[in-house]
Amino acid sequence: MSIRERLSGNEAAATAMKQINPDVVAAFPITPSTEIPQYFSTFVANGTVDTEFVAVESEHSAMSACIGSQAAGARTMTATSANGLSLMWEMIYIASSLRLPIVMSLVNRAVSGPLNIHNDHSDAMGVRDAGWIMLFSENNQEAYDNLLMAHRIAEHKDVQLPLMVCQDGFITSHSIENIELEEDDKVKAFVGKYQPEHYLLNKKEPIAVGPLDLQGYLFEHKAQQAEAMKNAKNVILEVSKDFEKTFGRKYGLFEEYKLEDAEIAIVCMNSTAGTTKFVVDELRDKGIKAGLLKIRVYRPFPGEEVAKALSHVKAVAVLDKSDSLNAIGGALFSDVTSSMFVNGVNVPTVNYVYGIGGRDTTSTQIESVYSDLQEIVKTGKVENPYRYLGLRKEEK
Amino acid sequence: MSEINTNTPMEKLTIGGNIYKAGNAKEFKTGDWRSVCPVFLSEKCKQCGMCFPVCPENAIPVGEDFKRKDFNFDYCKGCGVCAKVCPFGAIEMKEEGVEK
Repeated sequence: MSIRERLSGNEAAATAMKQINPDVVAAFPITPSTEIPQYFSTFVANGTVDTEFVAVESEHSAMSACIGSQAAGARTMTATSANGLSLMWEMIYIASSLRLPIVMSLVNRAVSGPLNIHNDHSDAMGVRDAGWIMLFSENNQEAYDNLLMAHRIAEHKDVQLPLMVCQDGFITSHSIENIELEEDDKVKAFVGKYQPEHYLLNKKEPIAVGPLDLQGYLFEHKAQQAEAMKNAKNVILEVSKDFEKTFGRKYGLFEEYKLEDAEIAIVCMNSTAGTTKFVVDELRDKGIKAGLLKIRVYRPFPGEEVAKALSHVKAVAVLDKSDSLNAIGGALFSDVTSSMFVNGVNVPTVNYVYGIGGRDTTSTQIESVYSDLQEIVKTGKVENPYRYLGLRKEEK
Repeated sequence: MSEINTNTPMEKLTIGGNIYKAGNAKEFKTGDWRSVCPVFLSEKCKQCGMCFPVCPENAIPVGEDFKRKDFNFDYCKGCGVCAKVCPFGAIEMKEEGVEK
């Protein structure tokens, strides 16, 4: 039986980690993810888990310790945010290229500067090409569920890639909401044991990890990573199916909310999807056929599936909670539009950069996006596809 | 490792280039790197035993008679450490490829 509780997103992540009971956690505190290692260290101190908790001196060391312990054969977890992830950057690539299935909670926050500690997705977007699987979570429940599925996806023999579970800083991480937790023994059975084929502490098989890899080989090893990322898509679907069978909650590569018969649609990630669902319901009451496509799996990006799911709508708005500062639009916008293009889907699409540095995004603003989309449907024209939502600007 | 070369397709390579067979450094012939070459002058050598422990490539073989033999040029990369430690001038460094 599921247990009804009320937890913040950080509490939900720490609870998942407690039930997973990993061999090693190495982490350094940084707002807004600090509470995750903080709560977890109390579980270590109380003897609730048998994890070795490594209190490191920086995030670079945190990820280095994670790499060492995972390569040794230990199931390893960590948590960070924003500039903490930036400091890990070098080791983030080492972790994925050495094919170590480390699992991270990334509590999304603006990467400074100027100095800001509030939510946007610039931290996650900075590592989107680093070879990590990236799952996004609308609320505390999804952050918890994604973590329960994380190890089985990351450790799968066809994948062997690190994985990060993202949730919105403060909006999700510090808000207490209802949640359904699963029983400890059922989680343990679902997650299973970590049994790597090769690991450094296996005295029967001495191995070398991370050798020099020059012109003759690096290309092929990168292509192996790309192949593993493609494989991850099916593994995520398999594990999600088993999760649904075991615990009853259904997950796919993305969630389609009233999208089936929608004429106008928003694509977004994390907590903004909650606000958008509220707006979709209101618009539906007025007879407006609005829909939502909420990305859960951002890496690997389900391009073909997203293009297909959007092929019947008349106008699409992609919401990016990070500005790519590249003069053509946000990262999610690029992924969605290029997926549509290569799959022969030609729907007028517009990009909104929103919520930067924790700026509140209201239902009224989301509603204004849908009315812009109605206008695009009417005129068939997209003037300036790279727009802002909730930005102060002088009227021209 | 010996079965892997620059014609091996990606499917046949280990992930991350991991090496699952220990003690394979001998398959990597560092002698290719040499630009200066040690010459062993056996008539000057007193078999004092100073040179072979400092060789980073273990390229100075020692026989069962506890006497050092001529260099193993498959691995000697010409670093010259042995010539530096020899108290008797029994190792001379010469430019590689020039007639001795």
